[in-house]
Amino acid sequence: MRVTKAISDNKEYNSFWSRLVSLTRKEIRQLLRERSNLAVGIGLPILMILIFGYGLSLDVKDAPIAVVLEDPSPMAADVVAGLELSAYISPIMMTSMHEAQRLMLAREVDGIVQIPSDFSRRLAAGNAQIQLLVHGSEASRATIVRNYINGALSQWALRQADRGTKGSAAAGTITVAERMWFNAANTSTWYLVPGLIVLIMTLVGAFLTAMVMAREWERGTLEALFVSPVRPTEILLAKIIPYFMIGMLGLGMCLLAARFLFEVPMYGSLLILLVSSMLYLLVALGIGLVISSVTKNQFLACQLALISSFMPAMMLSGFLFDLRNVPTVIRLVGHALPATYFMELIRTLFLAGNVWPLIFKNCAILTGYAVLLLGLARYVTRKKLD
Amino acid sequence: MNRAAPALIASAIHKRFLIKETGKTVHAVTDISLEVQTGSLTALVGPDGAGKTTLLRMAAGLMKADEGTLQVLGIDVTADPQAVQDRISYMPQRFGLYDDLSVQENLDLYADLHGVTQAMRKERYARLLEMTHLARFTDRPAGKLSGGMKQKLGLACTLVRSPELLLLDEPTVGVDPLSRRELWEIVQQMIDDERLTVLVSTAYLDEAERCARVFVLHEGKMLAEGTPGDIRQRALNLCYVATPAADQPPRVLQARLLDDAGSIIDAVPQGGAVRFIRRHEVDQQRLDALLDGALVAAVEARLEDGFMVLLREQHDLEPLDTEVLETAHHPKVEAEGDTNEVIIEVRNLVRKFGDFTAVDNISFSVRRGEIFGLLGPNGAGKTTTFRMLCGLLPASSGFLEVAGFNLRHARAVARRNIGYVSQKFALYGDLSVTENLEFFGSAYGLYGNRLRERIGIVMRQFDLKGKEVSPSGQLPGGFKQRLAMAVALLHEPAVLFLDEPTSGTDPQRRREFWRRITALSEIGTTIIITTHFMEEAEYCDRIVIQDAGKLLALGTPGEVRAQAHGKDSPLDMEEAFISIVGQSRQNNGNGPLAKETRP
Repeated sequence: MRVTKAISDNKEYNSFWSRLVSLTRKEIRQLLRERSNLAVGIGLPILMILIFGYGLSLDVKDAPIAVVLEDPSPMAADVVAGLELSAYISPIMMTSMHEAQRLMLAREVDGIVQIPSDFSRRLAAGNAQIQLLVHGSEASRATIVRNYINGALSQWALRQADRGTKGSAAAGTITVAERMWFNAANTSTWYLVPGLIVLIMTLVGAFLTAMVMAREWERGTLEALFVSPVRPTEILLAKIIPYFMIGMLGLGMCLLAARFLFEVPMYGSLLILLVSSMLYLLVALGIGLVISSVTKNQFLACQLALISSFMPAMMLSGFLFDLRNVPTVIRLVGHALPATYFMELIRTLFLAGNVWPLIFKNCAILTGYAVLLLGLARYVTRKKLD
Repeated sequence: MNRAAPALIASAIHKRFLIKETGKTVHAVTDISLEVQTGSLTALVGPDGAGKTTLLRMAAGLMKADEGTLQVLGIDVTADPQAVQDRISYMPQRFGLYDDLSVQENLDLYADLHGVTQAMRKERYARLLEMTHLARFTDRPAGKLSGGMKQKLGLACTLVRSPELLLLDEPTVGVDPLSRRELWEIVQQMIDDERLTVLVSTAYLDEAERCARVFVLHEGKMLAEGTPGDIRQRALNLCYVATPAADQPPRVLQARLLDDAGSIIDAVPQGGAVRFIRRHEVDQQRLDALLDGALVAAVEARLEDGFMVLLREQHDLEPLDTEVLETAHHPKVEAEGDTNEVIIEVRNLVRKFGDFTAVDNISFSVRRGEIFGLLGPNGAGKTTTFRMLCGLLPASSGFLEVAGFNLRHARAVARRNIGYVSQKFALYGDLSVTENLEFFGSAYGLYGNRLRERIGIVMRQFDLKGKEVSPSGQLPGGFKQRLAMAVALLHEPAVLFLDEPTSGTDPQRRREFWRRITALSEIGTTIIITTHFMEEAEYCDRIVIQDAGKLLALGTPGEVRAQAHGKDSPLDMEEAFISIVGQSRQNNGNGPLAKETRP
């Protein structure tokens, strides 16, 4: 009796594998033959790498700044020299505040640094002030320019301190941007390219998978497939395997681009990066499969995948906006997203190194999400039409 | 020896659906009990919405019955659907072939899933490909097959191994007679060779004729069951054929008979005459008056006759509302000009797609008020011809004139004279009936009083009263089609184009539909129609038969029948069609050889 049971188990085990192989083969063929799949799976990631790597940059180079020098003292000239040293600002010297304001209104300069006539006198008294006006119409550019100028000024203050002069007055108002800690060159490409990996994985995992699975529901191809020995798990696995490979291909492209095209340094372990990427890819696939099985409609699945995974991964995961600087509600939403944890993890791995507590915590969260979402996908994908 | 246990036993099955949009519950299946004997062919017949598909889906374990028990191969399908699905095969109405995969790859997929061994495959594939005539196309992607070929491939995929029960859901819907015959030959051969147990649902009554047992469903309830003979019995001694005088088209007599619901159960044109079923208690004098001296001969009842008798016995079945059709007789639309005026002129029409010639040099003309039928197998170029006539597709070369406007130069003007009803429901499902009429009316440039007046007329003409505010998408099938026709006729076009309007509909609805069409043609509307039901060609004044882009036959139904097989052997239209298309293919040496016509 036990022997026959073992044999039938073995038979069932074999047919599981042959069905899975057959379904996966079918999936890969479809993937390779349908041009739109390839466009989204491979074309779009390449395009995104180029756009985000070259086209989109948060850096500001040679920002024109009007410097109104009202104090003729050598100390003030020294401050200006400090500004001139910076590669990010190009100071334009002028003598009247009126003229500087005109340039500012004409949008010819991004900011004004005014060194008042009593600068050196007050510096000696320990409460020197420099006025900084920044053109705020483009908030992020304004912030960057302000940071550059602050940086340049603080460097001057530090040099003064080195020389033993009482020059720390200007430095008192200066804060150093935290992000510059791990981005010494202050290149936003370093910052964006690791984030791109998150976007591309979300795109392939959630968006593309949701579409191809919903297509099966919509075209009725599942109805005939259901009435066969196929198990829902096999159908899901056959979808996961090829799109997992496409996702890993995207990861590979990003890593190569990061290393050789943009020369982003990588301080952490490549192995951990690969493992955590796989985890996140499973999470994204889970989202895609749940969405498609619930909507059973390509258009709806496409919209939903975009709104619930891709857009939040772009806007709310800290990819573009630092989550620490957003309203509490949005921060909470951001922290409910698996993308946020992967984003944090991958940036840390690239730019900071193996920060073990963070690695353990975020990997655990991602594993939790993966188990939850894939389990949910299995639960909602049933051989049922009503 | 004991008889094998039934393959399927349903007892007192109920299934209800909640329609989300309206919040109403629909009884799709009510108290159905049936048995399918092992090794036999059993049919589910019934009009749209009878519950055929729901019943098959429950048997396949894709839906759960709300009440009752359903045993398939001795297994409770509700409790263990997978055990049933391991052993049966099911061909849904829309078989989901993978369009990107080739014929061979589709077959391989299903063979893998059903665990067919390599050794078994070799023999099985050879046989299936031979029967389906797909052997030459194994490398072709399924998406590039014609409708009939797709259907045959779908059947082949469900037959990659010999299932213990085969469920077929309307396998021949939208398939031309040639492919239809081939599909049935495959099923029949499988039954003969492998004692296959088959449960098939169908709207074609002649297909049910070959089944051992027939279950007639109507609105989810079982109306009758028995052998085809049992069902035929109900129309015993009630069936006749009346041949009208030579100068009278049969459809006039047919319409007259059908309108007198008190005496006549059913009437259809057939081979130049009218076949009708009289009521049991008919008044002979009244019948004689109706027949108006036509030659009458009694004929044997068919399954379809028995089915029509059954349907008419249903008290809730509405007979054709002749009053509605009356309104069509006093319309604002008056026949303009005489009936000999040529309204569509086609000369040497060619349409090429790349190096493939879809329509190959065809010429014909249509007169005002004619009902003109385009017939042909799937992929014959019907749809392409149709689209060119409607101005939806430009011609590659040739002359094409509709209502006096050349479609090559004045497409927009010509289109204003055209009403088009597509095969699929192409109105806005979430707009109400009135909103759809208002929108399409204004799209055709109608407004104000004129628009209101036209909407009032078509609402009466197509019996849409009482449905004004219903969302169009939730109307029953027949209503949807009537609404689509009402929309197409709002702007009083000279020509109405109908693309396979009766595909997948039951006989009752087809009668209603054709009664309306004949009424429309009487008031001067020209009708161009495509159909797969060959007997429907008898309603037409003239027909063309197309295959492989070429025009094979043109003339009245009688002329076309005569062309097929001399004058002596009386062929019905389907046999004539198969003979003409088969002959042409044999001469050209392409496609499957012509099949012997039935004796």
